[in-house]
Amino acid sequence: MGSVIEVKELTKRFGNFTAVDRISFDVKEGEIFGFLGANGAGKTTAIQMLCGISKPSGGTGRVAGYDINKESERIKRNIGYMSQRFSLYEDLRVWENIRLFGGIYGLPEKMIAEKTNELLERLDFESERNTMVKSLPLGWKQKLAFSVAIFHEPKIVFLDEPTGGVDPAMRRQFWEMIYDAAERGITVFVTTHYMDEAEYCDRVSIMVDGRIDALDTPKELRRIHNAASMDEVFTRLARQAKRVE
Amino acid sequence: MKQFIAFVNKEFRHIFRDRRTMLIILGIPVVQILLFGFAINTEVKDLHVALYAPSPNSFINGVTERLYQSEYFTYRAELDDPIKMEESMRKGKLDMMVLFDSKGEAVQLIINSSDPNRGSIAATYATAIIAGYQQELAGMRKMPFQIEVENRMIYNPEMKSAYMFVPGIMGLVLMLICTMMTSVSIVREKERGTMEVLLASPLKQGTMVFAKTVPYLAISLVNFASILLLSYYVLKVPIQGSLWTLTLISILYIFLSLAFGLLISTLMRNQINAVIISAILVMLPGLLLSGMIFPIENMPQILQWLSHIVPARWYIDIVRKVMIQGLGWAVIWRETTILVGMSLLLVGSSILNIKSRLE
Repeated sequence: MGSVIEVKELTKRFGNFTAVDRISFDVKEGEIFGFLGANGAGKTTAIQMLCGISKPSGGTGRVAGYDINKESERIKRNIGYMSQRFSLYEDLRVWENIRLFGGIYGLPEKMIAEKTNELLERLDFESERNTMVKSLPLGWKQKLAFSVAIFHEPKIVFLDEPTGGVDPAMRRQFWEMIYDAAERGITVFVTTHYMDEAEYCDRVSIMVDGRIDALDTPKELRRIHNAASMDEVFTRLARQAKRVE
Repeated sequence: MKQFIAFVNKEFRHIFRDRRTMLIILGIPVVQILLFGFAINTEVKDLHVALYAPSPNSFINGVTERLYQSEYFTYRAELDDPIKMEESMRKGKLDMMVLFDSKGEAVQLIINSSDPNRGSIAATYATAIIAGYQQELAGMRKMPFQIEVENRMIYNPEMKSAYMFVPGIMGLVLMLICTMMTSVSIVREKERGTMEVLLASPLKQGTMVFAKTVPYLAISLVNFASILLLSYYVLKVPIQGSLWTLTLISILYIFLSLAFGLLISTLMRNQINAVIISAILVMLPGLLLSGMIFPIENMPQILQWLSHIVPARWYIDIVRKVMIQGLGWAVIWRETTILVGMSLLLVGSSILNIKSRLE
């Protein structure tokens, strides 16, 4: 399988501060790639560069086959993005949110209607079609936000801490949705705070102070660092951080 | 285009679901125009007038009688010497003193123009009454001497016409509401986190900016119509020039104000800041430098230059020319060009700036 994300020496500086420091990695097609790091390690900045939201200060890379320095518009057509904060409009109804993003990604009217029905059925959400998003429970909101992020069948979906604040049972359901998406061929690039979730990923990278300090399968990482769990691996690496949040 | 329509729909929903804000937005112009309208009510009655005549004669008695008969004046006989009159005027209980000289041959009107409209109207009425009486006497060949009427405006020598206010209110209220409405709209998306999602989507920044102006433009046209209707039917301010020209110029001005709000929105971090900054940036220059209240020609040179960058100045100027003076494109093309230029500058900057403060 080919790589859908290839990044070399990717760097982002804000004045004297180097938020992302020459990171290089590949993500394979259909993979679930865990992008870990403590708060302030530079994860969100890295994701924003990959999504074409912010321009890199240095380095090269391709996302979904397009150059991140020159073809950010093309990249945007081929990815989905779920931000750290809530990505949907609270004062719009469930169907209106779906319709809006379908429209933004240029899907035909008829297709939006069909896919909306299909989606609501799959999520068992039909009764909530006309509900204002703000009155949904947080876990449901996140499931809906994820479904909207992959509504246009992107090659890659970027999830920035999608399960923050969600209860464990709901987190399980959310990860089942991630597996489903990966099975359909969508590459999943996910950041998380929960180390148990890191175990669900095919491969995991750990960012410390803007650099990638480790990148491998969870199993390999545990072996290399001689640790019983990902939590231990993470704590050991994160402890080396010098950056103050 | 599909993107554009989807986005415009979304913006309309945001607005219509926020009933309270909607009510405020549509209510402000009505309240403002009515408040200003009654403040500039031109129908002045019950003006308090006192008369001082050291040596009464038949002419003075005639004038007194006519002032007394006039429905506009209330004659205050008890104030019979200048000291009492002045004190009473200072307290605001007297609108006009009529002073005859010791020979009873010259008359001076001293008018309390702390309220300029009231003052100028009192002066006009009194002058007309005295002049009318003189003509009457001249016709009867009983004219004992030529009376000179001399007006002196005290407390506020700068007299303003009531009609001058309506264009001013239009310039101020339209811009204030438009700017405040859009100033929160981008900040809100940043605060809630939806902006990142939009920026990661194929939606062009220009599309976003234009789509955000459409619903507000529609609402502002409703506001424009209500201001115009109220000023026409309630304040009786005529529309001398072309209604189409006025509407077209107002759409341009509304668009400019919306773009200004969007620019503020791209620069601010939260909604409260955005509202406060836009209120200050619109209200202060709008009131002080637009010529709405203070004539620009009387300002120091540096403030006159500064007034050139205040859009309301140009708009108010145009509205006065079109609405009050009934002039057309031939005399407003320069101001219009300036407004077009300002709009383009503002839209361009907000498109370029939309990403800022995200990183």
